Amino acid sequence: MGKQKKIAVTYPEGVYVAPQKSLFKYIITNKWLYLMLLPAVLYLLIFNYLPMFGIVIAFQDFNMVKGIFKSELIGFENFMLLFKEVRFYEVFRNSIVLSFYNLVFGFPMPVILAVLLNEIKQDFFKRFVQTVSYLPHFISWVVIAGMLMNYLATSNGLVNFVIEKLGGEKIPFLMSPKYFRGIMVVANIWKTTGWSSIVYLAAMSNLDQQVYEAALIDGANRFQRMRYITIPGIMSTIITVLILNMGSILNNGFEQVFMLQNTMNLEVSEVFETYTYKQGLMLGNFGYSTAVGLFKSVVSFVLVMGTNYVARKFGQKGLW
Amino acid sequence: MKNKMYFFDYVNIVLMLLVIVVTLYPFLNVAAVSFTTYEEYLMKPMMVWPDEWTTTAYRTLIGKPSLWTSYANTIFITAVTTILSILLYLVTAYPLSRKNLRGKSGIMTYMVFTMMFSGGLIPTFYVVKMLGLYNSLWAIVLTALFSTYNVTLVKNFMESIPDSLIEAARIDGASEFYILFKIIAPLSKAIVATVAMFVAVGQWNSYATSIYYLKDTSKWTLALFLREIILGSSITDVISGSGKDMMQETVNPITIQYAALIITVLPILAVYPFVQKYFVKGMMVGSVKE
Repeated sequence: MGKQKKIAVTYPEGVYVAPQKSLFKYIITNKWLYLMLLPAVLYLLIFNYLPMFGIVIAFQDFNMVKGIFKSELIGFENFMLLFKEVRFYEVFRNSIVLSFYNLVFGFPMPVILAVLLNEIKQDFFKRFVQTVSYLPHFISWVVIAGMLMNYLATSNGLVNFVIEKLGGEKIPFLMSPKYFRGIMVVANIWKTTGWSSIVYLAAMSNLDQQVYEAALIDGANRFQRMRYITIPGIMSTIITVLILNMGSILNNGFEQVFMLQNTMNLEVSEVFETYTYKQGLMLGNFGYSTAVGLFKSVVSFVLVMGTNYVARKFGQKGLW
Repeated sequence: MKNKMYFFDYVNIVLMLLVIVVTLYPFLNVAAVSFTTYEEYLMKPMMVWPDEWTTTAYRTLIGKPSLWTSYANTIFITAVTTILSILLYLVTAYPLSRKNLRGKSGIMTYMVFTMMFSGGLIPTFYVVKMLGLYNSLWAIVLTALFSTYNVTLVKNFMESIPDSLIEAARIDGASEFYILFKIIAPLSKAIVATVAMFVAVGQWNSYATSIYYLKDTSKWTLALFLREIILGSSITDVISGSGKDMMQETVNPITIQYAALIITVLPILAVYPFVQKYFVKGMMVGSVKE
């Protein structure tokens, strides 16, 4: 908004030359600006776009020694294999189910935290809670997995110690498919709630304080103010974040799953990230693994585009 | 809304205290256990303060050469990535923050597309291998050098800097590089600090890329070292089932595992209180678009 006021400056377009000039002259005059963009453009070309052409591996009987130019093309054979493979459907299901649980249980948490924090009147205490709650975001999944493995161990684990003290039976948390998803969801909530609340707090700080004062004068109580001012005020942020999460429903993150995965919980813990890693880099089924990865990329892409379309349809800003 | 306290406020404060306890308890517990003996842990695993202090676990870890190599490797990766990527973000975000730069929207699309579609693990691995980066620390550095998300944060921040500053410098004959590094960059300190923090923490914690691209023990990062310390014992835990007496024979007792966790997170915990005010500010300015 503030930018509009500065319009009277000599070069309103914000670049050195107004854009009426011929493209060639324009680029020459602004050569330094374009040169600055070059490293990033080249970087993405090598590390992001080149791998996209590497997708051709999915259609090859790929061999590291022969390389991408000499490996034999086999058409859709890897995909035929994939759609016949029972494991693949399991991986597909696991990825969606785990994300879905994370979404259902994890998504509301930062909203609730932000709304409650907004009601704390003691500024120092509020800032302290924020500082503490952001902390787990900076702890790596390897560290968290290290803690979890020890907390949940059957022999001398803290959690089972408490369960036993309370007269219960030991639970083999990590050795059973029953608990894996629950553990992941709780760990995710612990790690991300505080950090994710930042966007909502930022949105709240933009709300007009006068509206709250007016509501107070009209006799609106605390819950009415939360319900009718705070929550509607951050609704568009909530929806944007929700869209982002829906678009990445196939992503669970390699790091958070891999460490806690073992043969006993594999039937629920094998997700796309771990499966492509094992098939490709551990077993050397490069073509097959690339096919699985491509399937995931394509579905994810459609999801992101789709959710964004829906968001715009409902009058939200969307992501772009 | 003055400071009159209602019932709800007390409930709310209790809830927030609960958040603090749930967040901090694991850290305190892990720290306490790392400084005590295995015997004391067995008696009271929930402790947050050890009765019997000992640094045995730390001394054992310090004796391992692989700790020092992986620590040095991780410091190298983190420092180099942070410096290079900040430079890259500055030079990329600055032209993109100029209004109406021709071709800008095309370049933005080119960048944003990489957020939505990727070649996947194997093709990326193949490119890294073809570049001769396999089993090199540079693989970890280069694959994390640039993200469209971060450059957007910096760009959004720079857009909020008044144009008049840049125009005044131009009239004085300043070059674009001078404007960027002498005028824009110092004004963008908050967002640069934020993004630097993201990159540094990301690299310090990075685990997946280490697994993908590093092979030799001499190239190990802290995450791989930690993984070995932790899995070394839990594998024994699996074999021995719930046999309590077998646990003592494991390679790494819990005290050593926890000491390794503390050694890993210590730099983050040490820096965190000082940088946290910057990143909150940076996040808010960068992520909220008018």
